[in-house]
Amino acid sequence: MLSITCPVCGPRDEDEFVFGGDASAARPADPHTLDDQAWTDFLYRRDNPAGAHEELWFHRFGCRRWLRVRRDTRTHAILAAPRLAEDSGTP
Amino acid sequence: MAQPYSLTALLRHAFSGHRTWPAAWRAPEPKAAYDVVIIGGGGHGLAAAYYLAKNHGITNVAVLEKGWIGGGNTARNTTIIRSNYQQDGNALFYEHSVKLWEGLSQDLNFNVMFSPRGMINLYHTPADRDAWVRRYNSMRLNGIDAAVLNTAEIAALVPDLDLAAGSRHPVLGGVIQRRAGVARHDAVAWGFARAADRRGVDIIQNCAVTGIIREGGRVVGVDTTRGRILAPKIASCVAGNSSRVAEMVGLRLPIESHLLQAMVTEPVKPFLDVVVSSGAHRVYVSQTDKGEVLIGGRLDGYNSYSQRGSLPVIEEIAAGAAALLPRLKRLRLMRSWAGLVDMTMDGSAIISRTPVEGFYFNGGWCYGGFKATPASGWCFAHLIATDGPHPLIERHRLDRFTSGHTINERGAGPSPHLH
Amino acid sequence: MTQPFRLKRGGVCIDRTRPLTFTFDGRSYQGYAGDTLASALIANGVHLVGRSFKYHRPRGIVGLGVEEPNALMRVGTGTRAEPNVRATTAALVDGLVAQSQNRWPSLRFDVGRTADLLSRLLPAGFYYKTFMGPGKGWMIYEPFIRRAAGLGAPPDGVDPDIYDKRHAHADVLIAGGGLTGLAAAVAAGARGDRVILADDGAALGGAPFAGSDIIDGLPVADWVARAAERLAAMPNVRVLSRTTVAGAYDHGFAVLVEEVAGSVPRHRLWKVRSRRLVLATGAIERPLVFPGNDRPGIMLASAALGYVTRYAAAPGRRLVVATNNDSAHHTAIALKQAGLDVAAILDVRDSIEPARQAAAQQHGIPLYGGAALTRVYGSQRVTGVSWTARLGDGRLDCDCLCMSGGWTPTVHLHSQTRGTLRYDTAVHAFLPDQSIDNVRSVGACAGTFDIADAVAHGTAAGNNTTAPAPLRRAVAAEPINMAQAFQNDGRKSFVDFQNDVTAADVRLAAREGYRSVEHLKRYTTLGMGTDQGKLGGLNGLSLLAAELGSAPGAVGTTTFRPPYTPVPLGALIGRDQGEALQPSRYTALHDWHAAHGAVFGQSGAWVRPQFYRRAGESDLDAVNREVTAVRNNVGLVDVATLGKLDIQGPDAAELLDRLYTNGWKKLAVGRSRYGIMLREDGMVFDDGVTARLGDQHYVMSTTTGNAEAVFEHIELLLRTAWRHLRVFVTPVTEHWFAAALAGPNARRVLQRVVHDIDVSDAAIPHMSIRRGQVAGVPARIFRLSFSGELSYEINVRTTDARHLWERLVEAGRADRLTVYGTESMGVLRIEKGHVVIGREADGRTTPDDLGLGKLCATTKDFVGRRSLSLPALVEPGRKQLVGLVVEHAEDRLPVGAHVVAEGRAGPQPSLGFITSQAHSPTLGRPVALALVAAGRSRIGERLFAASPTASTSIPVTVTEPVFVDPEGKRLDA
Repeated sequence: MLSITCPVCGPRDEDEFVFGGDASAARPADPHTLDDQAWTDFLYRRDNPAGAHEELWFHRFGCRRWLRVRRDTRTHAILAAPRLAEDSGTP
Repeated sequence: MAQPYSLTALLRHAFSGHRTWPAAWRAPEPKAAYDVVIIGGGGHGLAAAYYLAKNHGITNVAVLEKGWIGGGNTARNTTIIRSNYQQDGNALFYEHSVKLWEGLSQDLNFNVMFSPRGMINLYHTPADRDAWVRRYNSMRLNGIDAAVLNTAEIAALVPDLDLAAGSRHPVLGGVIQRRAGVARHDAVAWGFARAADRRGVDIIQNCAVTGIIREGGRVVGVDTTRGRILAPKIASCVAGNSSRVAEMVGLRLPIESHLLQAMVTEPVKPFLDVVVSSGAHRVYVSQTDKGEVLIGGRLDGYNSYSQRGSLPVIEEIAAGAAALLPRLKRLRLMRSWAGLVDMTMDGSAIISRTPVEGFYFNGGWCYGGFKATPASGWCFAHLIATDGPHPLIERHRLDRFTSGHTINERGAGPSPHLH
Repeated sequence: MTQPFRLKRGGVCIDRTRPLTFTFDGRSYQGYAGDTLASALIANGVHLVGRSFKYHRPRGIVGLGVEEPNALMRVGTGTRAEPNVRATTAALVDGLVAQSQNRWPSLRFDVGRTADLLSRLLPAGFYYKTFMGPGKGWMIYEPFIRRAAGLGAPPDGVDPDIYDKRHAHADVLIAGGGLTGLAAAVAAGARGDRVILADDGAALGGAPFAGSDIIDGLPVADWVARAAERLAAMPNVRVLSRTTVAGAYDHGFAVLVEEVAGSVPRHRLWKVRSRRLVLATGAIERPLVFPGNDRPGIMLASAALGYVTRYAAAPGRRLVVATNNDSAHHTAIALKQAGLDVAAILDVRDSIEPARQAAAQQHGIPLYGGAALTRVYGSQRVTGVSWTARLGDGRLDCDCLCMSGGWTPTVHLHSQTRGTLRYDTAVHAFLPDQSIDNVRSVGACAGTFDIADAVAHGTAAGNNTTAPAPLRRAVAAEPINMAQAFQNDGRKSFVDFQNDVTAADVRLAAREGYRSVEHLKRYTTLGMGTDQGKLGGLNGLSLLAAELGSAPGAVGTTTFRPPYTPVPLGALIGRDQGEALQPSRYTALHDWHAAHGAVFGQSGAWVRPQFYRRAGESDLDAVNREVTAVRNNVGLVDVATLGKLDIQGPDAAELLDRLYTNGWKKLAVGRSRYGIMLREDGMVFDDGVTARLGDQHYVMSTTTGNAEAVFEHIELLLRTAWRHLRVFVTPVTEHWFAAALAGPNARRVLQRVVHDIDVSDAAIPHMSIRRGQVAGVPARIFRLSFSGELSYEINVRTTDARHLWERLVEAGRADRLTVYGTESMGVLRIEKGHVVIGREADGRTTPDDLGLGKLCATTKDFVGRRSLSLPALVEPGRKQLVGLVVEHAEDRLPVGAHVVAEGRAGPQPSLGFITSQAHSPTLGRPVALALVAAGRSRIGERLFAASPTASTSIPVTVTEPVFVDPEGKRLDA
């Protein structure tokens, strides 16, 4: 049972959250400029790392905010304090 | 040449105290080069090696296993075998697999204990019913056995099932595939290993691939913890670690690695002779030959390579199983485990050539890896040997994720954790 | 005479003033409060307690606690009967009923024992080599194997007991209340930490010790009592007895299972999150592997001592101790001091420390060095043993053989937390190597067997300081005596008692190439029983290593996974049963619906009226009546479950433009529009009507099932890709109640409950919204239609739901207003060809597949648009939405039907399938919506709706997917 420290609500059990997938797959600003290969790279292909993974979690049974979490997929250790999705990375 | 397994052989060896049984497979040193190197000594890799030898006469084959054969998902599944798939590409492929299972013990001369005890999928709402009956009708149109059961028929097959109208998810009915069943999972790896070995395939354990060597855009061999091994054809069968091996040739896959948990209770005398599954409760239940009640559930829901499941899923599995079969509540959970499954973006597997010449890929089995074992090996061997896809896996190409020809079994979209 | 083996004095756990009566296999016995079922049986001289799994050999009690492989019984009666209960951990209660298992007709005479006589034919893995055929080979043999396997009979009926769960937080969770764990708890408690100490025993103190052992100048029992007192006085310390730490998970999370003795709830599952985890889980003594080592009366030496010191139960009149290590010398002497007759110590080691020799001599126990057991006498109870030794062979009569093969540290929890292990050649077992942060193993589980050292290490762990260097080295053991184990003169040397795995089986596995410890386990079933290899695992590994000529550390160990001991499913379930399993949602009008004949159905989590049945009506009658009323008059339906999102901000229109396939920037205030949303892969995700309430204010409706998913989808985009958009989205589904008034007379009814709103067609045209008072409460009126009729959806605050509804019903009485449910709503929308997410849009359909391609703008980007031009999404032959009308009005469409070309049985290609179907009262025959390959080019074709599972094939005609009022004239009625 992971403990995820929500920046709004504090440390909460995993079952308050839902997983939102790989956060590194940023939506292209102009999809129509991409060819099929480039678009489906975004849509379907993932690094799927064994190690540090940038990912999104939604605090469904809490503040209903999207978090960005850096987690090790081998150990489940959370590698940095989770932040609100809008406060992290480049838009 | 090793003697076949039989009752006679067993009797003969009984007189010598079983002291002269030969090894089921050799433990050869890796040769410098092979015609085909298969990475991954799980069921799929071993089956591919066996059918390469048997169907295509290609015997100069090595199966490289980083640990012990059958130690990945072959060892961590719920042993269900069925072909009740909705999408045509999947239904016919899995049906071929069921047919291979039916003759597998004799073909391999190794009892894999395929037990076609039937699998029931319960439905709890009219929408549920429509979807299941439609799927089972589609199986019948594909020539696959399928039937619809009313609650009385279900009660006769599963006397312990809670069929009370007032239960949380009352059972409206169910569908059954009578040829579906279970098999002894470890035996599948061992049986294929022994049979492949007898045809000359080298099975090399404790041999981890550390790199794939390319020359001029095509593969020429692998580096391993036991030295360099050359081969013009390299085939990957490493469920759970597909992305890692693909990375060695610079491929990004439409795959995420997830945990799928299951558990067994302490063994008790037989009371459940079919496999029962319920979507509403998100569990499926069977009883092993040892008497353990085997309960499978859902994904933990987030990417993981850890093989360590989380508690909430176990709680949910327990609650769901006991809601179906109330007498389970006083049994004890004895062992739980998590398989590391390759979840693809459409919920269907990949057996395909790749943009890298000579590199063949088999993976992304989602929930369907174990049941697919023989057909996967059969079709993968065909692909490796002929460089053309077997008709059953024409749609399972890797480039379907570029053209949009996905085989979307659940219709859930490119979010593997939702499949 | 009762309890013939109860010693006259001693027994720290029992209360001799409280005798209890119990039965085993129908025979009545006496024990004392504080006994376990096993100790009470031993006190009565009962050693034959079960039959083994495969060979049905007679078996006795081997252990003292959770490691017990043999003494598994059915305990309790009726629906409370529980199979496979370990007698060694089951608390004795008055009237307890226990029965042996896996035997027929009786424990003493078990027909299944023939398997033992045939055992030459049944080596490890015999079933892989035969039973293969011909034909359904395995299916013929399997039922026999199944019946022979299994342990106890499954529980009967529904467990009536209650189970609970509880959450707790701690600074330190300490697993194990032996000396080490107690020392840790006292230290941590004294410095103010919040401590939870969990121990699986009924009493603290851990492994049995001799009365002569001293800590801090006190006899062990007194030291334990004093520590327990101190802990009891600390408000920051919670001591949980009979509580097993079953699993250690990520991020300091652990699961504890508390057995609540003789009370409610029966078990309590603790979910503990702690900052530190101290593992003081001790060690389990190993059996020796020698021919006949499974005879009843042969038990672990430490268990024998435990029965004596804890329960004053003598495991025999005359004991022999066999060992390969020093610890059993102490045990032998302690047994002797407790007044038992210890006839000999048989030590396999050739060289025994002089101090040990002197001690044995001092206590008058003959000691034989280099002694290998060769034979065990007796059938259902040991009567004697013989051995070969350096100084000659010997034979002794005894009724109890105490064995010690060394100690296996209990590293399960350490391993569960991803700690690594190393093989230690002194203790011949795996010890913790690297621990993860905040987890610390101390005491015997870390290989520290000396009492003083263990206590010091426990104290250091409690204080979270570095442990002092050990004073004395660990108790050394010899490896298992291979020659002894592999003797084969027809007698078996067992490695795994419960699963009947012998040393010969291990050797066979190695010979056949099953050389990884996991292969060994899986091939022989070693360690797969209810004890999960706690006794036999390490011996098996040592034997395998010896057979392969490698070091035990090199063949690896299996990974330990939760649970440490089997956990009742009831404890995992807790209260999550029935309605609490997956709570339902009800609209504000549920009670009204129930009082008015509603037949409810489940749609997702919601419970909604499907229709309202009147006396004498069939389901279809009721639905036909409701549908006809809406088409010809007026109906009222509860649509409160539709999702609602309030969207505000300067970029609200921009947001809608990006979410929906169609354009939103020109929508005027007061108007609404239907839109579809796609997933990024181009498939239809959701649909609904969104209205513009103000300049920067919109309200979006979503489908019932996707209310949450749509919100999360929008939020994700707004917080990542589109974070520059100035807009807020707030889910307001629960804030609004919604009722739809539909039918040609809807306006007339509505007029009766509004005063400040003009509801004329000109004032509220189709797809518009007005705010004001309805029935005297604030309301929003949306003119829109799902049924195809003139229709108003009225939203009021949820608290006003009943008021609005009753006023509408009252206002409609003059027009014979009919309330209708979801089933009728479904018929109405099918007649109109409106798609439903999850039915027609099944996650594989594009807008064009559904005939909604015209709703996809070509001048802007929207989610999913890029995918719509992928080759597969534009190729011909895709399944397209069409209507189907049955040819013969009296035909009924089967459920789950496919659309096929030919009206014959047998396999044929499926052209598509029915997504929704209904009996159309308007057309007077069944109609359906279907997804059919190239369906739009098949309009007018005659096809078949086939259900092979129902042996049905119905001729149908392909039509446009709209059956009523294709021009939409009725909307403006």
